[in-house]
Amino acid sequence: MRPNLWQRIDMFVRHQVPLVLTLLLLLVSVVPSHAAGLTRIGPMLALIAVYYWAIYRPDLLGTGAVFLIGVAQDLLTGTPPGVAALALLLTQAVVLSQYRFFNARSFAVTWWAFSLVAAGAMTIQWLAVSLVYGTLVDASAAFYGYLMTVAIYPVVGWLLARVQIAFLRDV
Amino acid sequence: MKQPPPSPSRLGALRSLVGRFAFLALVGSAFALMLLGKADTALIERLRGAVSDAVVPALEVISRPAASVAKVIDNVREMAAIREQNALLREENERLLRWQAAARLLEAENDSLKDLLNYVPDPRASFVTARVVADTGGAFAHSVLITAGERELVEKGQAVVSGQGLVGRVAEAGKRSARVLLVTDINSRIPVVVGAGRLRGILAGDNTDRPRILYLRTPGAVSPGDRVMTSGAAGAFPPGLPVGVVTSVEETAIHIEPFLKRERLEFVRVVDYGMTGILRDVTASDGPLGRNR
Repeated sequence: MRPNLWQRIDMFVRHQVPLVLTLLLLLVSVVPSHAAGLTRIGPMLALIAVYYWAIYRPDLLGTGAVFLIGVAQDLLTGTPPGVAALALLLTQAVVLSQYRFFNARSFAVTWWAFSLVAAGAMTIQWLAVSLVYGTLVDASAAFYGYLMTVAIYPVVGWLLARVQIAFLRDV
Repeated sequence: MKQPPPSPSRLGALRSLVGRFAFLALVGSAFALMLLGKADTALIERLRGAVSDAVVPALEVISRPAASVAKVIDNVREMAAIREQNALLREENERLLRWQAAARLLEAENDSLKDLLNYVPDPRASFVTARVVADTGGAFAHSVLITAGERELVEKGQAVVSGQGLVGRVAEAGKRSARVLLVTDINSRIPVVVGAGRLRGILAGDNTDRPRILYLRTPGAVSPGDRVMTSGAAGAFPPGLPVGVVTSVEETAIHIEPFLKRERLEFVRVVDYGMTGILRDVTASDGPLGRNR
């Protein structure tokens, strides 16, 4: 049975949910929190989203979209352009290459795996920024940012799972 | 959850080949962007301006509730300590009133001495006040986005101040938004004078909370507690804006604690120096002690 026009439009819109949501999380991550000590170590929400969709709906957030998200993050946050793009692309590639491992794993295992993948992503960014500036930049803020990102993963992951159930269950 | 099984068909193989090529091409593009960012900074600045222009309206909407929540939490916290804070503030107020009297005296004296010398006054500075809608820092860059851009005559290179002191400078200005590079960012270089001896140096950020002072001719003459102010040597920066206090003096580096409190930034003022007359529709106000005529 061929879907009619409205069904196709509906499906198209639903399929944009991961991309739009990731860009929205990117915006949220730069809103000033006004909390002492937290401004320097804000979590990388876009990284969480890219990781999540690479596991559960790799068909809806392609390589090109991830690249665009990364470039958007670089342009928005003032990091050298290309740095976040590289980290997000490699994150997605690692997850996709291990899809057998991630298939139907418990939440705890996914979280643990995220802590490893995020460590890799942060290290890549740190190396790339150091390379561009030609000096080893301070790594402590990156480390705390990493801890923050891993700590907030359950909340964002839960949110993304809600959205996936609400919008993407059968499409 | 759902994961389509990899199809062993030829189409699938072709698709994975194309996918792999696309991935490699994009990784290559990421590296190319890094090079481009070093080579053509003007293009990247224009792109950044376009992106910040596009997102600032959305950020303005999102950042207001966040600021309100932070304010409520702050209020509750302040309620608890309101009595002792009141006593402290009274004491401080008395002290400040004495300072004000002293400042008035000095100002009058300064004015009369300037009159005697036929001193040509500095051009009067104008301010554009803007809201901070994004702290885009993270770990690798220290900058904020503000809601004023070329439309409000904000230009690249202008100094940005808050109530506490120097915040940074405008790194790039879009139509209705601008990015402010904080003094702690690794790309920030600001000419400063240190202490009563007014030693000239360059304040260099390094992505930590404690920027360093470089190129001091006599580093030995600096001691912890010395105040650091802008020197105005670069032209665009007004001289005498408070920047911070020297915290540590070591053989290799002199570190300062900036007055800038990043988490407190809600409104900032962009200083337009020496452009009075052109700025008519923005409110001009006086400098710290009311500049001379």
